[in-house]
Amino acid sequence: MLREGEVRIPSGCAISGIINRSGQVFSGEDIIQSIALMHDRSNGLGGGFAAYGIYPEYEDFYAFHLYYEGAEGKELTEDYLNRFFYVAESGEIPTRKTRAIKNPPLAWRYFARPKPSFLLEEENEDEFVVRSVMYINSECKGAFVVSSGKNMGAFKGVGYPEDIGEFFCLEKYKGYSWTAHGRFPTNTPGWWGGAHPFTLLDWSIVHNGEISSYGANRRFLEMYGYKFSMQTDTEAITYAFDFLVRKQKLPMDVAIATLAAPFWKDIERMSPEKRILYKAVRAMYGNLLMNGPFSIILGSSQGLIALNDRLKLRSMVAATKGDFLYLASEESAIREVCPQPEKVWAPRGGEPVIATLEKRGEQGYGTQYEYARLSN
Amino acid sequence: MKRVYAREEVCVGCKLCEVYCATAHSEYPMDIVKAFLKQKTKPLPRILVEDNLSISFALQCRHCDEAPCTKACITGAMQKDPVTGIVRNDESRCVGCWTCILACPFGAIRRDNQGHKVASKCDLCSNGAEDFEAANASNVPVCVQNCPNRALQFLDSVREGGE
Amino acid sequence: MALSMNTPDFLIERNINRCINCQVCVRQCANEAHHWDAEEEKVVSDDAQCVNCHRCVTMCPTHALSIRKFPLEFRENANWTASTMRAIYKQAETGGILLTGMGTDRPYPIYWDHLLLNASQVTNPSIDPLREPMELKTFLGRKPEQLRVENGKLVEPLPPQIELDLPIMFSAMSFGSVSLNVAKSLVQAAETLGIFYNTGEGGLHEDLYRYGKNTIVQVASGRFGVHTEYLNAGVAIEIKIGQGAKPGIGGHLPGEKVGAEVSRTRMIPERSDAISPAPHHDIYSIEDLTQLIFSLKEATNYEKPVIVKIAAVHNVSAIASGIARAGADIIAIDGFRGGTGAAPLRTRDSVGIPIELALAAVDNRLREEGIRNQVSLVVGGSIRNSADIVKAIALGADAVYVASAALIAMGCHMCQKCYTGKCNWGIATQNPQLVKRLNPEIGAERVTNLLRAWEHEIKELLGGMGINAIESLRGNRLMLRGIGLSDRDLNILGVLAAGE
Repeated sequence: MLREGEVRIPSGCAISGIINRSGQVFSGEDIIQSIALMHDRSNGLGGGFAAYGIYPEYEDFYAFHLYYEGAEGKELTEDYLNRFFYVAESGEIPTRKTRAIKNPPLAWRYFARPKPSFLLEEENEDEFVVRSVMYINSECKGAFVVSSGKNMGAFKGVGYPEDIGEFFCLEKYKGYSWTAHGRFPTNTPGWWGGAHPFTLLDWSIVHNGEISSYGANRRFLEMYGYKFSMQTDTEAITYAFDFLVRKQKLPMDVAIATLAAPFWKDIERMSPEKRILYKAVRAMYGNLLMNGPFSIILGSSQGLIALNDRLKLRSMVAATKGDFLYLASEESAIREVCPQPEKVWAPRGGEPVIATLEKRGEQGYGTQYEYARLSN
Repeated sequence: MKRVYAREEVCVGCKLCEVYCATAHSEYPMDIVKAFLKQKTKPLPRILVEDNLSISFALQCRHCDEAPCTKACITGAMQKDPVTGIVRNDESRCVGCWTCILACPFGAIRRDNQGHKVASKCDLCSNGAEDFEAANASNVPVCVQNCPNRALQFLDSVREGGE
Repeated sequence: MALSMNTPDFLIERNINRCINCQVCVRQCANEAHHWDAEEEKVVSDDAQCVNCHRCVTMCPTHALSIRKFPLEFRENANWTASTMRAIYKQAETGGILLTGMGTDRPYPIYWDHLLLNASQVTNPSIDPLREPMELKTFLGRKPEQLRVENGKLVEPLPPQIELDLPIMFSAMSFGSVSLNVAKSLVQAAETLGIFYNTGEGGLHEDLYRYGKNTIVQVASGRFGVHTEYLNAGVAIEIKIGQGAKPGIGGHLPGEKVGAEVSRTRMIPERSDAISPAPHHDIYSIEDLTQLIFSLKEATNYEKPVIVKIAAVHNVSAIASGIARAGADIIAIDGFRGGTGAAPLRTRDSVGIPIELALAAVDNRLREEGIRNQVSLVVGGSIRNSADIVKAIALGADAVYVASAALIAMGCHMCQKCYTGKCNWGIATQNPQLVKRLNPEIGAERVTNLLRAWEHEIKELLGGMGINAIESLRGNRLMLRGIGLSDRDLNILGVLAAGE
């Protein structure tokens, strides 16, 4: 049977996200509890988490999480890393034996920075890391980069998300932003790399839905050097954000309008400036329009963004209490960890919910985020 | 009232209007084959296609407001219906004197020499329909209905530009 | 007189029980296949003149006529077929090139009919086009490397684009090869539908200048009718390098078809043959094309996108890549099944490659070079229905060109005798008596009906795939599967086999 990456496996799922906008860190227990409530939305063939702010002592290093299926992959990858990166620290990712988790790959992490002499002219560290990740995923057989951001990490595998959380001892980590995903794939790939979230640098995406425009999105992005090793929609979404925000340097709201583009009938009614802008966006980046049901939570070091497709074909609920913003596929999953939220609402199709980390508002990929919008 | 207007720029000179007109006024109004092959007398069309090389158009009675034929008629067979405005020839009264043919400025009346001699002309396919409104609404003349190139139109007044 | 071995191609069958001798057939056949025998008082037919255009059949009020293949059989021979032999008889008698019209009728494989579309089920809902917006709007033109946005505003506008409400345009058909009424029908339909028609190489008739915002003007090798006003009259300019039906040769409009109007529009003397040279005599290499593209842009103040139209030939990918880099905004590729008013039979039937393969190859090559985004791709060369359109876009096209389908909507019966100028449907003729037969009102209505019907069908197919915007279908080869194709074909088309 072909595994993820060799064949396309659609899936349905559950997603959840919690962020404390003041940057206050909290344990992974809450997110595990939240996603565990939505147990029936998964079928045990995939679960995963992304956590931000968990490595404060190495916050200037890229935290590479790698999965190895054999010694060869580990050797090739470490050769590469040692050659091109300065590795401050490395070691196995701590795990505990969990009955439900079988045949895990070897999970390692490295805190590294690129050696400046290897950067190409006009290339910055981020670009170099992206290239390295693409290289390792495609050339180092048996190795897979799970996450490659600074002061963040992704933990995922084959199993129910709460079991994955237990396996990776996530209750021991403290971060200011957590996302989680439970998967219901329509096949039994048995590959840890296929679970969500999908990450690139410090972008992480958990995604519920299936994108019918995948083929068009992928062929567009491949022209810009993105190598699709996963054949999942999530990969396409992640690369699309990276391309639009980091490479094309578009403001976040324009990037979102590319993926969940306003309808022509709505564009006709906009002000002349906005009309010209959105017409140009759709004409230029039309191939990145995401068609098909989706609800995604995009995580980054600056905060979280939740977005639904423009026809609102998947569920998404948001809630706030104090500095906390909660996102989930179901309201019950929010109330499980926050019984009395101040405000609860379901965002409209195509309208993002954005939560920015207060203390790091301006840095990052040339964008200005907005505070969480309390719509309706 | 609505009349039939011809557009010579799209008339292809096929003369299908003549075929359908003749059939509609024959013993077999719905069956062209029987009208032409079975009927003993030859069906006569009341519309005539005038053509000269590449110019052609269909001509029929204009149902004039002041119809000369009605004034010329010696028996009173040619009457303009005061309600519908249609000029009709009552064949039971027509004696075939042909005065109307001489009077008509358009040459739209012809002789029907078969059987009881009468003058034959367009009646806007009103064929005895008494109710004018119904006739106008649904009873579009068969020449207009069957023209393959929309060269005939059933309109209330002359086109803009007065052609 | 030597014996002619040409026997009739078709047999006219007249049902005596239904013929009323109304002579409509006599009046309507420009080939004089029917005539009135006054002595016998009936219509008689001459099979040898019949070209199987069905004009008489359609016009006959009693459906008394039928046309069949002339029942003359040679001894069965899979190699020396009847048509192969007849071609030799004709050439033995005339010593001339065999001419023909419209697209090739040879039984080459049709790849559209070997491609199957996807539908969404369970994991992804299909979308109902009657209830949800289904967006087919398309922009053709060059796209920049990057969009610059500051303070919520676009800093630099996009290079000139043309905006289509449907991903369909009417392909070039020159005034001269077709009648003015055809052009009027097409441009009125284009206006109603929010798309464009193409003047072809015959220039733009003065009556049609007012439809400029729905017109693409063409500059072909003969440069007929090309002057500054012409270039600025439309919304885009198309340089015709080649045509799918006859790659490698130019156009030929016989002198008989060059009447007063054609002469004035093309800027050539009346009754002179209008011969377009095979190459543009100022484009002998790719860099010359850059020069022409930019002269046209200069002449129109860089306000109009420039399209370069090529025929699909063996190294079409490399040519397309060159054209993209030469500065063209849109590349139009015409497959070997494209139609024509007149072409040598052998060229039409043997030169060029199918558009499906050319499209897949060009799209792939441009993506490999990372430049697919910079140009738009338009394809033609037998797009017959809405399914072909959806498949073409899935393979990578931005829009399609249709021509033969539009003519068929107007009445063409594919008798392939366009070069005689005796088109009984008023399409491929300049004879005023025949031209009248195509009423532009009716022509425009029929073509508009056809494309509206296709529009609905496309929306249904998209909705079934779970897509509500055409951009998400462009190049989305995962929506296609091949059936009955070899591995090689699947590879070239870039699609998986049905079942995979």
